[in-house]
Amino acid sequence: MAKKVGIPRGLFYYQYYPLWKTFFEELGAEIVVSDFTNKQILDSGVKSCVDEACLPVKLFYGHVLNLKDKVDYLFIPRFTSISKGEYICPKFGGLPDMIRHSLKELPEIIDTEVNLRKSKKNAFKAAVDVGNYFSSDRHVIKSAYQKALNSYREFRSNVRKGVLPGDILSKRRGVLNKSSDETVNIAIIGHVYNLYDNYMNMDMIYKLRSMGVNITTIEMLDGKVIDEKNQMLPKKMFWNFGRKAVGGAFHIMEREDIDGIIYLMSFGCGVDSFVCDLIERKVRNTKDIPFTVLTIDEHSGEAGMNTRLEAFIDMIRWRNRNEADVPAYG
Amino acid sequence: MKLTFPHMGNTYITAKTLLDDLDVDYIIPPFNNKKALEIGTKYAPELACLPLKINIGNYIQAYEKGADTVLITGGCGPCRFGYYCEMHRAILKDAGYEMDILTLEMPNQGVKELYRRVKKLAGGFNAYKIIKALKNTAQISKSVDELERLTFQVRPREIKKGSTDKIYKIFLNKALKTNGSEALKKLIKATEDELREVEVDRNFKPLKVGIVGEIYTTIDPFSNFNIQSKLGNMGIEVNRRVTISEWVIDHIIKNALHLPRDRSHIEAAKPYLGTMIGGHAQETIGNTILHAKEGYDGIVQVYPLTCMPEIVAESILPTIEKDFDIPILTLIIDEMTGEAGYVTRIEAFVDLLRKRKERTEHGRDWLLSGN
Repeated sequence: MAKKVGIPRGLFYYQYYPLWKTFFEELGAEIVVSDFTNKQILDSGVKSCVDEACLPVKLFYGHVLNLKDKVDYLFIPRFTSISKGEYICPKFGGLPDMIRHSLKELPEIIDTEVNLRKSKKNAFKAAVDVGNYFSSDRHVIKSAYQKALNSYREFRSNVRKGVLPGDILSKRRGVLNKSSDETVNIAIIGHVYNLYDNYMNMDMIYKLRSMGVNITTIEMLDGKVIDEKNQMLPKKMFWNFGRKAVGGAFHIMEREDIDGIIYLMSFGCGVDSFVCDLIERKVRNTKDIPFTVLTIDEHSGEAGMNTRLEAFIDMIRWRNRNEADVPAYG
Repeated sequence: MKLTFPHMGNTYITAKTLLDDLDVDYIIPPFNNKKALEIGTKYAPELACLPLKINIGNYIQAYEKGADTVLITGGCGPCRFGYYCEMHRAILKDAGYEMDILTLEMPNQGVKELYRRVKKLAGGFNAYKIIKALKNTAQISKSVDELERLTFQVRPREIKKGSTDKIYKIFLNKALKTNGSEALKKLIKATEDELREVEVDRNFKPLKVGIVGEIYTTIDPFSNFNIQSKLGNMGIEVNRRVTISEWVIDHIIKNALHLPRDRSHIEAAKPYLGTMIGGHAQETIGNTILHAKEGYDGIVQVYPLTCMPEIVAESILPTIEKDFDIPILTLIIDEMTGEAGYVTRIEAFVDLLRKRKERTEHGRDWLLSGN
């Protein structure tokens, strides 16, 4: 019988799932992904995690609890760094330890360290470590890894063409409501696990689309453009997400076809607190483009979210229509 | 150029030694105070950690006294502290304070840029002078920390309550006006003698509590409501392994020269937290275990709200609490923390430790009251 590997539907699932899926399937393992986020998953996560952690981490706990009795292994790699010379949030590096010491009666955790800070070659090393759980043949692992990389590249190229990762992962078609007003182009900046978890952000993407909003995210941008724009910072950002978000935002600011920027952050996110602030300062100081920050946590009310989104989009439409009008006062 | 630097407990003495010996003109901001925190909270991003907010307050208060350049150390992550310098730059600029930020770190641009910064700081590159100043700074830093550690031991045992606090406070104020490493060394020695003469109860065996957590909030008495002195005055001997001198000598100097470092806490933390994840998470875990093995009665973890590495540590601590049978109290601090609630929690924790001790010492069986 094939061994069952559980992949919690949280955090880097939204970035790497196509890679993991092909890799494990090529090695003959069966993949079990936790359910789509729901109230029960959120509640169980919030209950078992320390209060101070951010919402995505709490949700991850919920997804682990959702999976733990269904699988032989839990796949929770220790991500220290996913790009050369950069880090990610420290919580990712300690995640397997946090899970292990907070939740009881878990199946075996595959907690291979992924650390590409020194060299990109460490990615393959990590793949071999993970592969050893299922096969002792290095060639099999290598070929599985190659195929996994290919499906990851395919995923990335689809995203770059303008398909949202969330749509690919949930097999949902991104339909834009064209009936009402003219289309508005909005860029949303935020961690993948905040943007594409529809329960967590209260279906923000779907809501925007139904208002006739076309969405751009930083995952769709070209890596070279991001790196180029990053040169504007006096000191290089050392978080992978931070570099992409700052570079992406600086690029978006200069584009004529984007009508507004939304920054989606989760309460208590250390990286967001700095990145968002830097972007906001830059936008407000240099460019006349609408910018709003939406913060989510486990207490967020849906009505407040709707009001803000509607007001933001209304304001942009109103602005676009009356661009030439000069106010009579003020 | 008139330099200033952020406060962090008694770190100003260390920074002052370095700048005095390099003949740099500087202004020390007023000691951390409510006003500084208010200013910082006003300008800094809401979810930034507490140290960043207090730092901003320090700079602006120093600016009002005439400072124009900020000296701070940097880093390369993943803890937010590594990006403090750029946040400071952006915040001060937008708030309308024209201040230059001088970051001591290995810059992206390479050694040449570092050379330029050191030259700017020291007003030239006199290697002999710089090395001598660094050596004096390391020495002062070490002896200041030893002095503080001495207060930890004297305070719970003193017969006339408050005498240690009084001596130490006078020392902190005197150090502000003492210039040059030689004079400071004398002052530290004199204070040490004074502390050793404080009348103490030699038979008293205090409970021992280890303080762990994020470096700024554990070291800085303003942000932790002077927890070390509070516990000390309740008759508890505290200890804190993370100190400025350890940070300066181990983290900066030994790391740069590739000398062997003290790895005992890393080894101790290994079964619980396998890798370095930034900040002081490894120290928190490792030192908790080391304290537990040394027979401490309890541990207090202190950190600022949203501190990423300490959240990881906090999630792991319950296992250590159980494995080593040692009570751990976690205190989280931000600009909204009220002192009364904070003190109540510390007092309750101390009561718990006392009862526990009684129970183990007397080996009495426990009955529920009313039976």
